[in-house]
Amino acid sequence: MVITGVGLTSPNGDDLQQYRANLLNGVSGVVNYSIRHVGETLAGVCNFDPLRHQKRKEARRGTRAGAVSIYCAREALKDAGLAAENARIGAHARDRVGVYIGITEHGNVETETQIHEVAQYGFDLSFWSHHHNPRTVANNPAGETTLNLGITGPGYCLGGACAAGNLGLIHGLQMLQLGIVDLALAGGVSESIHTFGIFASFRAQGALAKHDEPSRASRPFDKARNGIVVSEGGALFTLERLDDALARGAKIYGEVVGYYVNSDASDFVLPSSDGQEACMRGALASGGLAPEDIDILNTHATSTPQGDEVECEAIRRVFGASPATYVNNTKSFIGHAMGAAGALELAGNLPSFDDGLVHPTINVEELDPACEVRNLVLNEPVRPARVERVLNMSFGMLGINSAVVVERYRS
Amino acid sequence: MSNEEVVIAVKDIIATIAPDEDLSGLALDVRLRDQIELDSMDFLDIVMELRKRYGVQVPEEDYMQLATLKGCVDYLGPKLAGKQLVQTAAR
Repeated sequence: MVITGVGLTSPNGDDLQQYRANLLNGVSGVVNYSIRHVGETLAGVCNFDPLRHQKRKEARRGTRAGAVSIYCAREALKDAGLAAENARIGAHARDRVGVYIGITEHGNVETETQIHEVAQYGFDLSFWSHHHNPRTVANNPAGETTLNLGITGPGYCLGGACAAGNLGLIHGLQMLQLGIVDLALAGGVSESIHTFGIFASFRAQGALAKHDEPSRASRPFDKARNGIVVSEGGALFTLERLDDALARGAKIYGEVVGYYVNSDASDFVLPSSDGQEACMRGALASGGLAPEDIDILNTHATSTPQGDEVECEAIRRVFGASPATYVNNTKSFIGHAMGAAGALELAGNLPSFDDGLVHPTINVEELDPACEVRNLVLNEPVRPARVERVLNMSFGMLGINSAVVVERYRS
Repeated sequence: MSNEEVVIAVKDIIATIAPDEDLSGLALDVRLRDQIELDSMDFLDIVMELRKRYGVQVPEEDYMQLATLKGCVDYLGPKLAGKQLVQTAAR
């Protein structure tokens, strides 16, 4: 299964070229942000134009996650050279196209908005919107995408906390393998910056980033790191069978050669080195790979004191003896894009197969000794001897871990 | 509110709910749904906006009264008498 198109919106770029350039040039997308009840904080905010692919009425009726999904899906199809017209997507009948979108959560934004609204009217529920249910159902982002594109194949969301972006991709791949679809739009999205609850909860947990300079707030592995920057965004890939992609002369970003998903079964919020290690090893085993076959390991690290340390321990156990593996982090640029994180971070590393560079993790002023791992790419890109495979890690609450390995395609 | 202002009030609400539509040529006595793209969810939005902007409650059995702009004038005119016109749609 190969990736043939990328559509994304990130706090520091609304297409892969702009996003990659900013990852190589150290450009953050984190800004000052204010949200009701929480007040002044920081966030990664996207600047894509929803009206590029939606009518104003469609955008008004739908959700932010729906808008992000539609933008990413349309941009991915365009990037893949697959036209959506005449009841087909490229050469595919619309019932042979699937939409699989990972989400951390969905519905909080609209529920909060409605409660805020009826509170203005003394909680008179005649002011509660009839749009609440279609906006909050868990398939909303995927469903809006199928409506926008006229896709009649299976379309739904996968709830996987912050591991969800990888889950969308993995599930899309499986649906292609099962022969249920011939083209998958797969990845993850997030609208989480529009719910005050997520900021308030991280703050209550002592896990919300603070810094006078927004662009320096997300700083995984730095000794002074103090929490997460919440971000919105999305990345969807077009996934196709290799034969189909070759037959139509498609550009191939890479081939998905391994993946794994597991659960820690140890804590509601705290991560586990054991579970993460098992996930990394599982992904390698699924592709018949050894640690030294991985050239880039994109970490999940969210800039929390404990989370980064736990992940680095897992990395040392699996990759400690692998001199070929370079380790980086994308959240240092864009914050934590929640359900989009896994997909966006993979997208940011795919261009390495072409430009031969590993984007760094930025904002490390003093490396935390507990986060020392071999070949951690600090603050500036590096050019390793080769880039053949990327391992993308994404973890989430309730102990879900996910990993995807993408390999350079060689004809 | 005069009859003309009732029409302005209703068109302003429709402009918010159906922002892609050109409302300049709407006929008074032709069903709104035959002139512009409005579905049942949009119609519920119109009822909601009347409630929010003017405190006017439209019971379900009266929805048909709002099928045309003329119907809106006839039905809403007495309910909007003495109310201040609210205009919010971007022009």
